[in-house]
Amino acid sequence: MFSTLFLALYLAVKETWRNAGRFFLVSLVIALIALLVLFIAALGEGLGNGNRQYIANLDAQLIVFLEKSDYNISASRLNDVKLRAIRRVDGVDAAGPIHTSTTAILLPNDKVLKVSFLGVEADTPGFPRILQGRSFFSSTADEAIIDRNVALRSNIKVGDEITIRSSQGVKDKFFILTVVGLTEGQSYFFQPTIFVPPATWESDRPKADAEINNTVPSINIVAVRVKNPTDAKIVKQAILDHVENVEVADIPTTINNIPGYSAQQGTVQTQAVFTLLIGVLVIGGFFQIQVLQKVPQIGVLKAIGSTNATVGLAAVLQIILVTSLGVAIGGGLTFVFSLFFPPTIPLVFNGQASAFAILVLLAIGPVGGLISVFYAVRIEPLKALRLS
Amino acid sequence: MSEIALEVHDVVKSFHTDSGNINAVDGVSFQVHSGEFVALVGPSGSGKTTMLSMLAALLQPTSGKILIDDHDLATMNESQRVALRRQKIGFTFQANNLIPFLTALENVELMLRLNNKLDKGGRQRSRELLTRLGLEQRLSNLPGQMSGGQQQRVAIARALIHSPTVVLADEPTASLDTERAFQVVETFAALIHENRRAGIMVTHDLRMCRHVDRVLQMRDGKLVKTYETRTEIDALARGE
Repeated sequence: MFSTLFLALYLAVKETWRNAGRFFLVSLVIALIALLVLFIAALGEGLGNGNRQYIANLDAQLIVFLEKSDYNISASRLNDVKLRAIRRVDGVDAAGPIHTSTTAILLPNDKVLKVSFLGVEADTPGFPRILQGRSFFSSTADEAIIDRNVALRSNIKVGDEITIRSSQGVKDKFFILTVVGLTEGQSYFFQPTIFVPPATWESDRPKADAEINNTVPSINIVAVRVKNPTDAKIVKQAILDHVENVEVADIPTTINNIPGYSAQQGTVQTQAVFTLLIGVLVIGGFFQIQVLQKVPQIGVLKAIGSTNATVGLAAVLQIILVTSLGVAIGGGLTFVFSLFFPPTIPLVFNGQASAFAILVLLAIGPVGGLISVFYAVRIEPLKALRLS
Repeated sequence: MSEIALEVHDVVKSFHTDSGNINAVDGVSFQVHSGEFVALVGPSGSGKTTMLSMLAALLQPTSGKILIDDHDLATMNESQRVALRRQKIGFTFQANNLIPFLTALENVELMLRLNNKLDKGGRQRSRELLTRLGLEQRLSNLPGQMSGGQQQRVAIARALIHSPTVVLADEPTASLDTERAFQVVETFAALIHENRRAGIMVTHDLRMCRHVDRVLQMRDGKLVKTYETRTEIDALARGE
């Protein structure tokens, strides 16, 4: 067994080494495919993050929506009565209101940075983890906590004052907020986020004419942290039983119902699958031509007593060698290129997603070369020698 | 007389064609002893290559027996035949003989690797054999960097290095000029005799027979004549 493996490895390495130019070219093709796949995976992760990051990072297991809002955050409208009722349900550890909107931060040189504008109560499940600075002084304070992505794009620091512009009725209104804290990983609806207290949110958010005099902030959703996360399903049912006109979803369901999220992820995944398919065909084609070219050589090997296992294993190991080299080069190129991309491009190299993409890339070599390996094993030495 | 290395008993090989069954080899019997070098000659289509393919365990006889070291090839399964080829048989072919990505030395050592016998002594013997064949300057050369004659000599070394019972050569001089062809066959014969192997060479070139000990002549699948004396063989080699 081991002698077969060593002999196959010897043949595979020698052939690859002595034809390094030819095999290196194939490795480069695989490297380009790896580069493309890893970037698509990173783009998928980045786009997904842009949409779901805030929800995915919530310190909560359940999200409460208005009934028949189809788990659509923008369509859901709750109120304080419902919030208090949710907080009274057995098994609920904490519940925090989340108010969503968008606004624009005015930057120097007449530039603006569009951001998600979220109203949250301090120290409730909707409140982000603060990396630097502090929480809100009060629920009416003109203070903001900004996502690191906002800071990166605008050079705003904790302690700075920012001006936001919101359309209220037919007028553009400007509000000044003091940045008191910094958080990270809080993108929502493809935009970096700033967090403000609920009353400040209601006063500063964009409004239609009819809402201008409104001072009670409407809640979009309520994030619920349960006492025992394993009881989430029981608590979900308890909320449905005790609070009228609401629907409850877990975090994955909420994410999948973010408008456009599933379609976007499906599109990116389809691109990745087709790129991998192209990789399989390219590698399969190359190794098939390789085997056809060396039929006499395989014939000689078999005639002098090489087993089918040795010939087949040598072919598989050679494919693995070439593929591994290509994926390593592609991974290196991806890393180098990623250093030069600006933060506005949503590329996120998630370790798990990248590792999965690399494993799939490593598998496409043997899968693509499968037919050529079968062909090599089936070569009859006598026929091969007659060909020579 | 030395021991019998190879015995062929009434071997028949039939092929089915549109016009019926054809016996490519038809009732052939002979023996080859250790240290004996035999030529199998005959016109094209006489069945000599088919015979060699059966001796090489690459083709099963339709009937009859082929014994190498008392192992009957006809009763072996495929994996047993592969093992027999690896352990008991040495080969040289017409062309494309060597593994193109292995050097001369590595090509010879390959037979020892296949038999799991490559050690320091085996490496040394491989070098010595190639040196004996005049290839001491070519040990690290790839086949593509050597002439046809040099490649054939490497193939001869590879065919002998693992001490096989039988060494088979299929038109080993087909791609060589006359001078090199004689050199190759002469060296081949010398090594067969020195190492006490049973050597069988298929050739259409009767001039090459001057270095063999016996000539078996085939025609239409049958063994029609055997040349055993030096006088007969030399006369055949001279075309008389």
